[in-house]
Amino acid sequence: MAIETMTTTMTKDPILKVEHLSMRFGGLMAINDFSFEASRGDITALIGPNGAGKTTVFNCITGFYKPTMGMITMKQRSGKEYLLERLPDFEITKHAKVARTFQNIRMFSGMTVLENLLVAQHNKLMQASGYTVLGLLGFPAYRQAAKDAKELARHWLEKASLIDRADDAAGDLPYGAQRRLEIARAMCTEPELLCLDEPAAGLNPRESHALNELLQSIRAETGTSILLIEHDMSVVMEISDHVVVLEYGQKISDGNPDFVKNDPRVIAAYLGVEDKEVEEVIEQIEEIEGGQGGTKQ
Amino acid sequence: MANIASTTASAGTEVTARALREAVFAGLITLGLFVLFVGLKTDQNIRNELVLTQRWGLLAIFVIVAMVGRFLIVAYAQPWLAQRKAVKAAAPEVAKEESFFSRNFSKIAIVALVLYPPVILALTGVQGSLKWVDNFGIQILIYVMLAWGLNIVVGLAGLLDLGYVAFYAVGAYSYALLSSYFGLSFWVLLPVAGLLSACWGMVLGFPVLRLRGDYLAIVTLAFGEIIRLVLINWTEVTKGTFGVSGIAKATLFGIKFDASKDGFAALMGLPISSAYYKIFLFYLALGLCMLTAFVTIRMRRMPIGRAWEALREDEIACRSLGINTVTTKLTAFAMGAMFGGLAGSFFAVRQGFVSPESFVFLESAVILAIVVLGGMGSLTGIAIAAIVMIGGTEILRELTFLKLVFGPNFTPELYRMLIFGLAMVVVMVWKPRGFVGSREPTAFLRERKAVSGSFTKEGHG
Repeated sequence: MAIETMTTTMTKDPILKVEHLSMRFGGLMAINDFSFEASRGDITALIGPNGAGKTTVFNCITGFYKPTMGMITMKQRSGKEYLLERLPDFEITKHAKVARTFQNIRMFSGMTVLENLLVAQHNKLMQASGYTVLGLLGFPAYRQAAKDAKELARHWLEKASLIDRADDAAGDLPYGAQRRLEIARAMCTEPELLCLDEPAAGLNPRESHALNELLQSIRAETGTSILLIEHDMSVVMEISDHVVVLEYGQKISDGNPDFVKNDPRVIAAYLGVEDKEVEEVIEQIEEIEGGQGGTKQ
Repeated sequence: MANIASTTASAGTEVTARALREAVFAGLITLGLFVLFVGLKTDQNIRNELVLTQRWGLLAIFVIVAMVGRFLIVAYAQPWLAQRKAVKAAAPEVAKEESFFSRNFSKIAIVALVLYPPVILALTGVQGSLKWVDNFGIQILIYVMLAWGLNIVVGLAGLLDLGYVAFYAVGAYSYALLSSYFGLSFWVLLPVAGLLSACWGMVLGFPVLRLRGDYLAIVTLAFGEIIRLVLINWTEVTKGTFGVSGIAKATLFGIKFDASKDGFAALMGLPISSAYYKIFLFYLALGLCMLTAFVTIRMRRMPIGRAWEALREDEIACRSLGINTVTTKLTAFAMGAMFGGLAGSFFAVRQGFVSPESFVFLESAVILAIVVLGGMGSLTGIAIAAIVMIGGTEILRELTFLKLVFGPNFTPELYRMLIFGLAMVVVMVWKPRGFVGSREPTAFLRERKAVSGSFTKEGHG
């Protein structure tokens, strides 16, 4: 397709490659032959109107759904590749190092904020405790690991400005803080790719500005690539390097934020067009595509 | 001054007037409700004719009781409660310094339990101590241990298990059968029984991994019944409903508790009595309980324990954090079952006899009730609940003075379950989250703050 050739990030090192992804729920084709790439170190945004299939794509990437068709490749820094569609969900976080958050916040509300972050370091601590046996006998290796885990948690609590509430129940936090806690918790799994499902939903402008800063500092400090679904355009346009637009399960645009913002298909998808304007829009699109193809040659 | 006095006086008369009015209403409602139930009674006489008996006196008593009760509540009880509430609200919030007792509660409790048998021995004599050490001490400790074991599955991991008694049965029969067929000693078979029960815990765990909530509860219930029915029907091995009797007693480093020359009593130069064996069993049960508590407390602070609690809070979030929920659930089932098995083999050695009668569904229900009543997840709360429930039902046997009140034909034992049920309802209304409703966090940065019960979830399966 012509659109694919337009991606400016093709030359960069891809961290996640989604190819020909399809997901069918009974008679409903939620995602239809969807392909995109996310580059290492980039913030990639996945946008689209409600019901476009964004969260379904996320669930396929993080293993909560098994796609009907397609291939999802995660390439780690070490060069190791994982086919995510073949891994069970928990191994995607454990081995492939992809962490995620949820659209409707899922925390362990009866546990303290600190405990939430310690649960996220389960696999590391499990190994240090000799799969519980050595820890039960009081070996010092586990005590050291537990201390380190607390320090990592403290680091992320400071980044997410939750350090003052560390010993409070997670369910007791206000909404915005819960969103930040979820991100901090995902970061405690030490991922290479962080998938955020609408991190700015329900945040006020000040909070969503703070979120932007948090995401940018995550990328700058840890080199974690970020893939996010977002409706808040101020977040998308400000921080993302690459935007993919999805409508009715199909990709309609893919490129840098400026390109996507002016793409008539995107405008049509978001604002809608009247029937008589449809042809006009299609003409416009063809014109652009023709022009792009021309410059390519 | 006079003004204030007159307003309070007028308020007083106002309350009395309102109380009188409400008492009249209550009386009318009572009259309406009971006029046909109590005021009139139909009987059949010898010729099969319906005879109407009028009982206006009894009806009047009903109405008067309702009126007086309502009057007292409105005129005295309600103002008193309101006043107390106002005083409480007005009192400044003082940072409550925990008393010495509540800070060191568990240490004091352990010391008290260690001192319990000698104190009872001193108070009631050798033979008199039997009842107090055995019926109260050992009985309660067995239930404490069972409830602490079930607490891992229900309280921490949030997996509702209605068939927990199956593991108790597996443990008891493991000891009973292996000791009578192969003559192995209690100390060898105790860990074996634990391991076998843990295996059965896994066997139960596998098919129910995908089930949640009510469905899980039903399958575990069925599992408990299957184990019991196997014990009844596999007569060649288990002797069916006759049960296994003559189970070997436990020994203390090879010293037997019997009347022989090298028995415990003879060696110590004590008069021969079964009380010493009971006291030994008491300490054994205490030791097993301490082991259960130690392992549970340690595990809660380790990744596996946190994963159990996280599983109770949100399973999907657990999976998104790379936690293998299958092994987490299975270890919860296995650990819980293991402690059930240890308690079971202890039960067998204490009774000297096991039969399927001891492992009916009611036992599972009682153990689960202890866990819920104690406050899910809290060891202290559960221990208190076990003392209240098991000790409470035992003590009802002792209440002979009730015979004086209700006449010589009254047997308080028959009302055990009724009182037991009423007590549970009262406790659950008064403390809906159990005796200890808050959750102790497993780690902290600055200070350990208890997590209010309103945030913790009960688990969904």
